[in-house]
Amino acid sequence: MKEKPLKLKILDWVTILLFLLATAMVFFYAPMERVMGAVQKVFYFHVAAGWVGMLSFFFAAVAGIIYLVKKDEKWDLIGYSAIEIGIVFTLINVVTGAIWARPIWNAWWTWDPRLTTATIMELVYFAYLMLRQGIDDPERRQRFGAVYAIVGFLSVPLTFFSIRIFRTIHPVVIGGNDPTAVGAFDMTPLMLQTLLFSILVFSVLFIDLMWHRIRLGQYMNRVDELKMRLQD
Amino acid sequence: MEPLNTINYFIAGFAVIFGAIGIYIASLVIRWRNLRNEEEILSEVDNETS
Repeated sequence: MKEKPLKLKILDWVTILLFLLATAMVFFYAPMERVMGAVQKVFYFHVAAGWVGMLSFFFAAVAGIIYLVKKDEKWDLIGYSAIEIGIVFTLINVVTGAIWARPIWNAWWTWDPRLTTATIMELVYFAYLMLRQGIDDPERRQRFGAVYAIVGFLSVPLTFFSIRIFRTIHPVVIGGNDPTAVGAFDMTPLMLQTLLFSILVFSVLFIDLMWHRIRLGQYMNRVDELKMRLQD
Repeated sequence: MEPLNTINYFIAGFAVIFGAIGIYIASLVIRWRNLRNEEEILSEVDNETS
């Protein structure tokens, strides 16, 4: 496999530096929230991780559509990579949400519409991985994977809008809060800057990880081809 | 009013964030290394048979 491209090496270092800067902003620049205390700082990366999760699943759905049109396996690899990364970041989002909820809601978990839809979304994409494992024929696996990524994407807007449609205790960051929301707070300009910067940095991290994951997938295909050649 | 003392949850939250990202990056590195080893072995076999 070819050496890591220079552009990817530069992106790695830029991502590391931006991530350190975002962490420093969360720890030292954003002010301490007056009621919730330190745990509120988890919110910046919690939202950013949720954003990356949804962005990944959106990319996977788009890649699925392009795959079905072009039948080019490159798009299958892009979709698969995006879903793998999306699962990791959605898991971070759900778990950090539970950690925040414990002192604020006095419960690790409640069957609130947002928590429920986010968990369903995560499980939908876990099922995607299992579906792929269960199909041996590569062409069939790619076609089913593409269709699943498109249909599975329905869970994303459902999760995003759940706190805007249903009665919920989950705070709404953009737009008005439900009166029953618990743990909501008004963001100061410093908090907003930190949140937007965190979302930007996580987006860069997503691009970096996608690049690495796609290269890994290409390498896997190459080794598989070598195996097939030796078996013949 | 004093803020709630939630420092333990703050630490737990960031441990999850850094831990999960770190584990995923480690999984990419490990999978890459395993593939490289596999490729080396397969290339040796290929050279011996040809």
